[in-house]
Amino acid sequence: MTDHLLEVRDLSVEFHTAAGTVRAVQNVSWHLDRGETLAILGESGSGKSVSALAVMNLIDMPPGRITSGTILLNGRDMLTMTPEERRQINGATIAMIFQDPLAHLNPVYTVGWQIAEMMTTHGQPGDRARARALELLGRVGIPDPDAAMKKYPHEFSGGQRQRLMIAMALACKPDILIADEPTTALDVTVQAQVLALLEELQQETGMGLLLITHDLGVVAEIADRVVVMNAGEIVETGNAAEVYHNPQHPYTRKLIDAAPGKGQMPKERDRSGQPLLQAQKLQKHYGAFHALKGVDLTIMPGETVAVVGESGSGKSTLARAILRLDDPDGGRILYKGSDLMAMPPRDLFRLRRDLQMVFQDPTQSLNPRMTVFKLISEAWEIHPDILPKAQWKDRVAELLVKVGLTPEMAKRYPHQFSGGQRQRIAIARALAMEPKLIVCDEAVSALDVSIQAQVIQLLDGLRREFGLSYLFIAHDLPVVRDFADRVIVMKSGRIVEEGTVRQIFEDPVQPYTRALLAASLDPDPQVQAARRHAREELEQRIPA
Amino acid sequence: MSDTRIQVPVVAEKGRIGTWLSMLWADKLAFLAALFLLIALLCAILGPWLMGDIATKQNLRGRNAPPFDLSRGWAYVLGADALGRPLLARIVVAARVTLLVAASAVAASAIVGCVLGLIAGYSRKRAAQWIMRLGDVIMSFPSLLLAVIVLYMLEPSVANIVLVLAITRIPVYLRTTRAEVLEVRERMFVSAAKVMGASDSRIIFRHILPVVLPTLVTIATLDFAFVMLAESSLSFLGIGIQPPEISWGLMVAQGRQYLTTAWWLSFWPGLAIILTTLSLNLLSNWMRIALDPAQRWRLEMKGRKND
Amino acid sequence: MGKFIGKRALASGISLVGLVILVFFLSRLTGDPTDLYLPLDASVEAREQFREMHGFNDPLIVQFGRYVSDLAQGNFGESIRQARPAMEVVLQAFGWTLQLAVITMSLVTVAAIIVGSLAAFNVGGVFDRIATFFSLVGASAPDFWIAIVGIVLFAVHWHVLPTSGTGTVWHWVLPVAVLFIRPFGLILQVVRGSMITVLSSAYIKTARAKGVRTRPIIFVHALRNAMLPVITVIGDQAAAILNGAVVVETIFGFPGIGKLMIDSILLRDFPVVLAAIMVSALAIFLMNLLIDLAYAMLDPRIRY
Repeated sequence: MTDHLLEVRDLSVEFHTAAGTVRAVQNVSWHLDRGETLAILGESGSGKSVSALAVMNLIDMPPGRITSGTILLNGRDMLTMTPEERRQINGATIAMIFQDPLAHLNPVYTVGWQIAEMMTTHGQPGDRARARALELLGRVGIPDPDAAMKKYPHEFSGGQRQRLMIAMALACKPDILIADEPTTALDVTVQAQVLALLEELQQETGMGLLLITHDLGVVAEIADRVVVMNAGEIVETGNAAEVYHNPQHPYTRKLIDAAPGKGQMPKERDRSGQPLLQAQKLQKHYGAFHALKGVDLTIMPGETVAVVGESGSGKSTLARAILRLDDPDGGRILYKGSDLMAMPPRDLFRLRRDLQMVFQDPTQSLNPRMTVFKLISEAWEIHPDILPKAQWKDRVAELLVKVGLTPEMAKRYPHQFSGGQRQRIAIARALAMEPKLIVCDEAVSALDVSIQAQVIQLLDGLRREFGLSYLFIAHDLPVVRDFADRVIVMKSGRIVEEGTVRQIFEDPVQPYTRALLAASLDPDPQVQAARRHAREELEQRIPA
Repeated sequence: MSDTRIQVPVVAEKGRIGTWLSMLWADKLAFLAALFLLIALLCAILGPWLMGDIATKQNLRGRNAPPFDLSRGWAYVLGADALGRPLLARIVVAARVTLLVAASAVAASAIVGCVLGLIAGYSRKRAAQWIMRLGDVIMSFPSLLLAVIVLYMLEPSVANIVLVLAITRIPVYLRTTRAEVLEVRERMFVSAAKVMGASDSRIIFRHILPVVLPTLVTIATLDFAFVMLAESSLSFLGIGIQPPEISWGLMVAQGRQYLTTAWWLSFWPGLAIILTTLSLNLLSNWMRIALDPAQRWRLEMKGRKND
Repeated sequence: MGKFIGKRALASGISLVGLVILVFFLSRLTGDPTDLYLPLDASVEAREQFREMHGFNDPLIVQFGRYVSDLAQGNFGESIRQARPAMEVVLQAFGWTLQLAVITMSLVTVAAIIVGSLAAFNVGGVFDRIATFFSLVGASAPDFWIAIVGIVLFAVHWHVLPTSGTGTVWHWVLPVAVLFIRPFGLILQVVRGSMITVLSSAYIKTARAKGVRTRPIIFVHALRNAMLPVITVIGDQAAAILNGAVVVETIFGFPGIGKLMIDSILLRDFPVVLAAIMVSALAIFLMNLLIDLAYAMLDPRIRY
């Protein structure tokens, strides 16, 4: 039997935490060969990163402990090597890139120095290292490499920073590149570019690529084989297309079913009558930055309008402006025909009840020092006419049940919940006001796919039960497809295209909308392959 | 059903004090520190009443009596001063002025600094600018020097000492509060409260202040130690507390001229200062963890194991 | 940068003017220094002549006006006590204090950074616990008390060190040692805390994934980031020594600016007090500027 490039056999790792010993991974086995791409797919808490961290010797021990298994690099067991041997492998033979490159690059050193350090650490002379760093910067597509050498990480954009990480990782021509959620925080178009770069470089160098991700679309785009993990164990492994089309394990099936963008598109609605909310020619400046350049928007009662755009498109500014969290500089906002901007504070205060918001990160949108009961009942403290105090307790219990939690959770604090549960609490808090319109600002984008599907389902149910309207801000097109009635595409503070879901998804007019659709990843490897083909053609026709 | 509902809060209340105690017990040094501070506090409250007479009774035959000699009675266990007054009793009595001055100065500077910091952090108006400039101006004064000059000119009295120390410490709270408010103000739960229609005062007092307060309490504890040291330095220089009132710093100063013959005159009150400030430091470190809901589990876990 | 320095200079300038006015008038209100300088049996004429010489007979506002116009010509007045230009007296004393501050703070900074970094690298270890405890004790100790204990032990008891003056290297040992303890304890704690935060940050993980050796990880990757909060505390402590080493200078008879200031206040030597205040205010201003500069040098994200 020939040795694999890298093989993990029966690896088990546990961590000692406050809640006792946690088995992070149990009996995990996978292997990676030269020139192939293996994806480890899993949701948060599945232990998908743990075996890679064990390979890199990045698990802090204690609290971590490897209880069993071997890690073979070209047939040699890494776990029996000395720390010095492990150090020499890191970067030179196996390199790693991470999610959130800004946090992973040292903020106080130039990127040129950081890339060159990779090589000087592994014994290359300084001037050669610097020359190669310059070359690498050009290779990964950083404009003006000479100037870039002397710049600091904060002076680059998110996509460029990930390119810098890639340049650094490839400096010593490693045999293996481990990429831990490399595109998670990036815009879809940038994500496509970074993945393409990784693939290109892999073909050039013949390295093995280990990709850790939560995103079926990324797997479909780039992986040859896939390992699916759940709760610290491998549930399924195989060829990426086969696993997608013929999943064996129920968890894999659930994960694939939860992937957004496959449901029925909603029927078209009648849009006559008085709109619930209208925005007209909204303007907003932040200093010299023109965030909103005259945005119009109409939401009918019971309608869900999605606003889609990449970072910097002004979609969140729009949400905040409509709720008057940041007052717009110009334009009008009409709620049931009356102007929110010209309204006296007393009337605005009363209107607050009707317009509620659910934020992206429930960890931050819930006050950490308030119990769930206080969080929800604060609505009635501020608006005492909604509910007499005697009924608060029962109503909180009722709302918690409505969002899929249990009444006894009212006594707990936000940090005692998972991300999905916290978002449910935030939704319960919005419902406590008995609103007509809920603005969801990226309300599901921080959640795992299966949780995401559940929360969308919850929002959908509430819409039907209470006749709610939603303004749904998102960067992710597939999520919008199943849930919204109408879609507005924004770019650089302007509306690029607007229409029903069917119009936008099936017959987009504007090139930008098409580029967005082309860049978003489909979980089906075959669909994705076709889409990639289409994208490449599109790129050839209109150069960037 | 209704019975249990009434009982729940009572149990929770008891539980809360119990949790705090067990969290304190989890950090043994902090527990000792709290115990010592409690004793010091009792001395400050009851000391003058219990030992006021012994502490002022001069006994020229017992001048500079050495410590650890019980033949004169327990009050003389730490020795006696130049006028034959028992040191232990004097230290107990001096706790009142020492702690009172520090506590008043800390309370005054913390309240003023916190209020100004909340205004400077929350309002975007011109007032915020002026408050920060004022803080800069106070910061650029040499603080101890300022105290020396002002106290020398104004006659050293307890009120003046408190006033001077409080003024010089205001920027500490002002800056911390403002920096924290600026950060907390941008957090999403504040936006969430605004969306609900919460008023400015509700946002400040219900959402921002509770998040900022633990930091301030921690700083105030640390600052209590600093102010105590500053007061004792001033008293040591002769421009702080004036006899016949006594503070620990003054006692160290009074013992200085007998250094070569009777070291204990300065040593014991100095030790009292060190132990108090050390306790405050330890307690402040403990608070930093105990008052943070995200870190509190460290202490709760340990506390449970020790039960 | 220029605008930033201007803003700082304005705040310092306002406080300096305020302080000078305050001290000028308050000090004249505390009484006539004549009695302190002339013998008890000095004649009325002699006293009158002394007052005339120093201008104490004019109304306060006239005295102040004269002081200001002298200042404008770079004349800080004459020391009543030493009959020398006040600024000369102050600068001489400041020179001594500056030396004391530089020596002490250099030692403190180096020691605190090394000990703090090593403690942070192995949190909860024996070294960490010992370092933490002693830093807490050090940060809690009143300097006058340590000075006294030091004198009793090293000078009175063992006769190994002199107690006052600046003559030899040995004269510097006790003052520097006493001044060392508190800043060392404080800075050590800040270094340790900051280092713990930085060592758990993402870019340290990257450095480990790159195969960087442990020592460069601590002293190259982590330290520069960890220094940012430390710098502020170093500045505060240095400023405190520059104008507040009053207690230690008094106890050890060290001819620095703190002792000069106290003596001058006690003897109502007004020109010296005012000159000293101006010099220390300027020193603090420059010190703060230096700190801000160090900040910008350490962290490229900070630009003024």
